[in-house]
Amino acid sequence: MKLDSMYQEVILDHYKNPHGRGLRDGDAEVHHVNPTCGDEITLRVKYDGTTIEDVSYEGQGCSISQASASVLNELLVGKELTDARRIQETFLELMQSKGKIEPDDAMEEVLEDAVAFAGVSKYPARVKCALLSWMAWKDATAQALGADAERKTA
Amino acid sequence: MTQLPGLLDTEAIRKDFPILDRQVHDERKLVYLDNAATSQKPRQVLDALSEYYERYNANVHRGVHVLAEEATALYEGARDKVAAFINAPSRDEVIFTKNASESLNLVANMLGWADEPYRVDSETEIVITEMEHHSNIVPWQLLAQRTGAKLKWFGLTDDGRLDLSNIDQIITEKTKIVSFVLVSNILGTVNPVEAIVRRAQEVGALVCVDASQAAPHMPLDVQALQADFVAFTGHKMCGPTGIGVLWGRQELLEDLPPFLGGGEMIETVSMHSSTYAPAPHKFEAGTPPIAQAVGLGAAIDYLNSIGMDKVLAHEHALTEYAVKRLTEVPDLRIIGPATAEDRGAAISFTLGDIHPHDVGQVLDEQGIAVRVGHHCARPVCLRYGIPATTRASFYLYSTPAEIDALVDGLEHVRNFFG
Repeated sequence: MKLDSMYQEVILDHYKNPHGRGLRDGDAEVHHVNPTCGDEITLRVKYDGTTIEDVSYEGQGCSISQASASVLNELLVGKELTDARRIQETFLELMQSKGKIEPDDAMEEVLEDAVAFAGVSKYPARVKCALLSWMAWKDATAQALGADAERKTA
Repeated sequence: MTQLPGLLDTEAIRKDFPILDRQVHDERKLVYLDNAATSQKPRQVLDALSEYYERYNANVHRGVHVLAEEATALYEGARDKVAAFINAPSRDEVIFTKNASESLNLVANMLGWADEPYRVDSETEIVITEMEHHSNIVPWQLLAQRTGAKLKWFGLTDDGRLDLSNIDQIITEKTKIVSFVLVSNILGTVNPVEAIVRRAQEVGALVCVDASQAAPHMPLDVQALQADFVAFTGHKMCGPTGIGVLWGRQELLEDLPPFLGGGEMIETVSMHSSTYAPAPHKFEAGTPPIAQAVGLGAAIDYLNSIGMDKVLAHEHALTEYAVKRLTEVPDLRIIGPATAEDRGAAISFTLGDIHPHDVGQVLDEQGIAVRVGHHCARPVCLRYGIPATTRASFYLYSTPAEIDALVDGLEHVRNFFG
């Protein structure tokens, strides 16, 4: 069944047992919504220099948006901003591929659990759900570190 | 097969709608339950559109050539059909717009620019309800912001109906306009027009009715409603997209100022000033949606050939059956009236903790098309403390078997996320 390509076991696991959910101390907080479906996320980032100390979040939404936030937390916490940015950009590229990218080993190494979202990219209505938390993280990071840090690491 | 009293001969009707034969996702039969978003179009409407373009296409109200005159006759003929369909006292009270949103924006703008006694300003109040579609909220918020008028609204009861207990405090001597939905697109509620109109008339306020979910599904009589304006759209009633209607009482349309300026809506123009054509043309600037109006006329002919009272009875029988069957689904909560009484054929629900997006996706895989989200009525979701709903909505071609398919599909959804 085609649905299984979207609802991978990994995604459903993250949905049912989310990592790092709940709001904790942070340097910046953002609130992002997906106006077409009502998915919402409040996300905070905490940095130690350019190392991501924590990404905490609270939100409501479908399994894809919630699992994606959980994967983001698992992947990014503890990373250097440059590495995190590479992961975010690779994830964005995969999600915008309309199902055309078959993740190779190199991509899998970067994205880890997030490669499970490859199937979601075939469903245009759901791509925004998968990207919601990642866009929120990008926005929160810009606010926490300021435009200067953004440019240096870009 | 389930037989219910009052059902239409859907086997015959469905033959008129080519799209209903479509198969989706590996040869699954399409079960189209998203009719509150837009209806499907019968062959008769599709033929009217292509015939218009193949034989009559010209701009209206301008040329003296054969095509221009024929196109004008068809366009104005569509206006006659709409006027008869809603029992308007005069064809000149029927304004063609792009959709119901434009119709409602038109009313809000007329009142913002109007002179006394219609003028909405900082001394006056606007009344809407918490169950409005965004298209009947945002234009009034904009008007309130621009004029300083106060925006008030009726709240909702727990069972999805308007709370009119404080009607005398909500609608007051300061109220200039009361705008509300006849049938809610998210809750399915049919609202008590008479009570609201009576109070509005007591204080001399105008009444605008959003009939987008009513015109396709039940007989609509603007004189019986006693409203001052009635808005609806063509694409939800078997017509094409891009055509909507605003009906307004003639003396109001004569007094109120135009909103959009341009060709078609003028009498004379000099470089200093212009005078305007009488209604409805005063409110139809520019080349109108001609083919779309002709298509709406064909849709009205089609609905009349079946009979709106029969469409209403069919949908009522389906709604009764759907409410009963959906109530049997474990963890399912209907958002809106839990009976078919004073209820249209749109049913919103939540299914346990499963997000509507996920419900809709798994249903889609089985060929079942429903709407998920906040249905452009986010305040309703906030009121009932839910992020979104799944909505199934029926029309004259919907069948009990499709409701059975939905119920089976929901069982599959529960297993998938269970």
